[in-house]
Amino acid sequence: MSDVTDATTAKRGPTPDDALRMADAKQSGPVLSADGTPLKKSLRRALRMEKLRALALIAPLLIFVTISFIIPIGEMLFRSVENQIVEDTLPNAVRELRQWEGSQEDLPPEPVFEAMYFDMFAAAEAKKHTRLGSRLNYEESGMSSLFRMSGRKLDDLADDYLDALEAIDPDWEEGSVWYEMMSGGGDVARDTELSSRIVGQISNLEQSFLPDLNAFAPSREISELLPKTAEAYTNFAVFEALVDERDITDRDPWESVYPALIADMKTADVAGYDGPHADMLRELKANIDDFEAPDYQQVFAGVADAWAVPETWATIKAHSVRYTNGYFLNAIDMKRTPDGAVSQPENRQILVTLFQRTLKMSLIITGSCILLGYPIAWILANLPRGKANLLMILVLLPFWTSLLVRTSAWKVMLQQQGVINDTLVWLGLVGDDSRLIMMNNSTGTIIAMTHILLPFMILPMYSVMQTINPSYLRAAKSLGATNWTAFWRVYFPQSIPGIGAGSILVFILAIGYYITPEIVGGTDGVFISNRIAYHISSSLNWGLAAALGSILLAVVLILYWAYDRIVGIDNVKLG
Amino acid sequence: MAALTPIYQKPFWLVALSVGGFGAFFGLVVGTANGNGLLGLFVGALLMVVLAWGYLNLLKNEGNARGITLAIGAVAGFSLGGLPGGIIGAIFGAVGGWLIYWVHEGRYRAFLPPYLTWFQVLWHYGFRVICALIFIFLITPILVVLPLSFNAENFFTFTPEMLRFDPEGYSLKHYRDFFSDSDWQRSFKNSLIIAPIATIISVSLGTLAAIGLSQAHVPGRRAIMAILISPMIVPLIISATGMFFFYSQIGNWMEGTLGLDKTFVGYVKVILAHAVLGIPFVIITVTATLVGFDRSLTRAAANMGADPVTTFFRVQMPLILPGVISGGLFAFITSFDEVVVVLFVGSASQKTLPWQMFTGLREQISPTILAVATILVAISIVLLTTVELLRRRSERLRGMSPG
Repeated sequence: MSDVTDATTAKRGPTPDDALRMADAKQSGPVLSADGTPLKKSLRRALRMEKLRALALIAPLLIFVTISFIIPIGEMLFRSVENQIVEDTLPNAVRELRQWEGSQEDLPPEPVFEAMYFDMFAAAEAKKHTRLGSRLNYEESGMSSLFRMSGRKLDDLADDYLDALEAIDPDWEEGSVWYEMMSGGGDVARDTELSSRIVGQISNLEQSFLPDLNAFAPSREISELLPKTAEAYTNFAVFEALVDERDITDRDPWESVYPALIADMKTADVAGYDGPHADMLRELKANIDDFEAPDYQQVFAGVADAWAVPETWATIKAHSVRYTNGYFLNAIDMKRTPDGAVSQPENRQILVTLFQRTLKMSLIITGSCILLGYPIAWILANLPRGKANLLMILVLLPFWTSLLVRTSAWKVMLQQQGVINDTLVWLGLVGDDSRLIMMNNSTGTIIAMTHILLPFMILPMYSVMQTINPSYLRAAKSLGATNWTAFWRVYFPQSIPGIGAGSILVFILAIGYYITPEIVGGTDGVFISNRIAYHISSSLNWGLAAALGSILLAVVLILYWAYDRIVGIDNVKLG
Repeated sequence: MAALTPIYQKPFWLVALSVGGFGAFFGLVVGTANGNGLLGLFVGALLMVVLAWGYLNLLKNEGNARGITLAIGAVAGFSLGGLPGGIIGAIFGAVGGWLIYWVHEGRYRAFLPPYLTWFQVLWHYGFRVICALIFIFLITPILVVLPLSFNAENFFTFTPEMLRFDPEGYSLKHYRDFFSDSDWQRSFKNSLIIAPIATIISVSLGTLAAIGLSQAHVPGRRAIMAILISPMIVPLIISATGMFFFYSQIGNWMEGTLGLDKTFVGYVKVILAHAVLGIPFVIITVTATLVGFDRSLTRAAANMGADPVTTFFRVQMPLILPGVISGGLFAFITSFDEVVVVLFVGSASQKTLPWQMFTGLREQISPTILAVATILVAISIVLLTTVELLRRRSERLRGMSPG
């Protein structure tokens, strides 16, 4: 193709090798493909198409795995720090507590108690105060019963006020009277800011989205005159109208409005007020000196002694943040206090021990798998193919057998009246009364899990050893190496990738094991995963379960990354 | 395998040493069982040495000698321990008789290189004994479960009747329990509903994705692969915890907003969870099959006018089918065996077979579990065989060496 002019001037249509011809021509323009576009461009387009096609094939699965696996894991991670329940249940009290420096000697100031009274009242009406009680009980025992009891007893104060109010005017008990007074009757300016703030609070409390309340908002006049009463009443109105979906126009308000009313009336000047039922307010104002302003600190002290102890409030304050490291601190046997992280009391320190035990036993299991797996992998790799395949069945059969079958088999073998003990007794090696205890302790877990995970060690080792050329070993020996030197200096280093791959695999599988330790582990053979399951299904401390899971996940992901680096994740072989 | 080394007769002291040791070991076991270990040890060793001397110097007929040893072992065993003792004794006798001539004739060296020292020979056989013990460790639990599932009693151990091979000691009782008990049957049915559907989901999505991943240019292949494989790597308990939180919300939403039936939603949750768990296995096996796939075949098909869909079903699919099926079997067994996730995500009406076994093992322990275990072992043998045959077929199809 040296004669360029000839080719380009020839009178014929384009052919596929025109591009080549042109390239050889060393023309100044870009190389063109057959259809005239620059070759670079059309190649890039083809490449882009190919990439898109590959991604389109992968996309459905990637989306599926992301939604049903990655997002759930992410949500679990989120749950380990999420702690909105305290602020959602006691929004005002938490706000007030922020002002308090959380000392160990003094109780928080009165506004905290007051805010707590109304928050707790609303929470108790919504029956959410026990939920918060159980949450705080994970941190400080006794909280659960404290909250349950307080929710019941808060009515007492209000009932006293109601009796006194009724003595002045029986209409104070009437739901319709309250509704008229609070809504201001007819067409007046309304305090919609207050009502939408309360809707937000109740939405948080109920953990569901509520629409804005159009039916009711307190009149601006009354909310300026009686701010506390208006807030307490709006709480009632929003909850009853939106959550319980009741008609509030003639419904008796929550009793919390009575102490609020008294407190407001102590300072309010009702002389200029002329809204509905102004006469009742004036009459009350005239008699207001007969009432004692509510002393909420006293109220709480009367409900339970624990409320008069600063530590209780300190605990609530410490756990009132929306995102907490508290669960993670719990997971490492510490706890969150206003003064920072401190160790749990001795008798509650079990999790670090469990983590250590999980790691230690996983290492032991990995070690025994290496010890038992290496000879097997060696003999499988060095026997003639037919024999090796036959023996391979002995490895693959347990590998394919259900995990529960193998675990139950080990339970049958290891228990005190089990096969191994019976055989030993029959042989006279152990007395009938001194049968070995091989189950419900760490021995049982180690034996059973070594057996279950052994194939995962043998298979990667085998695939590496298969590639080791036996002539290296012979060469070493013919150069004068002893058997031991030849093995240790020549064969073993070549088999290390197999050991590494198998070990990481076995270790990853071992630290997350749940079923086998649960069945044969008893109490001192259980792993951290058993504790996670316990917190999920029995103690319901999901935040702690999520924190433990996150720590475990972090360990596994580091190992996974190492595995990917050493072996490559697409080199995993099955069977 | 041809002999590597010419063999010659060994001195009698070597025979005496090895068969004496062998006899001493069995004598010790039998002696301990009967109350006097030391006596058993001496008698066993002496008996074997005397027999060996007699055979080699007087009888001089290998066939007869081995027959006699077998008979002696059987009779001695039977008189001490009945039928099971007799069988063990006969095995002992057979091995003992073979051992005498194996050592005496030097047959143990025949298949070893001639330059090995005596220690290397000893290590060669010692190593094989160690391997045999490990293989026994691997397989024993399964071998123990099989006979015990035919136990006539509600025990988890061999009864004297079973050891005597008395037919009365065996029965199909636990299998009848399994097939008549409604709990077991319901859980079996649940497993048969959940596992296949989960498998179909993971195989169809997984195969497509594996084909996509095997293309030459995939942006972020490593990251995608890591995400897709992660369900296999993340410990089940963590997956289960995450799915527990997530699927309970999804379930509430499906029941509340879509108004679906509670049981149906329960199945959907478990099936989706199991499908995710099966996906890595499909991806791994199908990708491995595609590694050897000849790309020019699809180009040839396209060249002859086939559209991509036809190419896939007529050219690519038949070739990667073995990989797809074995991936599917892996996914199936994953779901069929899975207990942690179903325990967390499912409710009582989705109780699967492993879940029922798990409860059985934790609470009311009944030998029906062993019958179920045996059935599951049978299923896994069938699956293992299928996977192995498929693997060979696939290698043959791709022109690799079989085996």
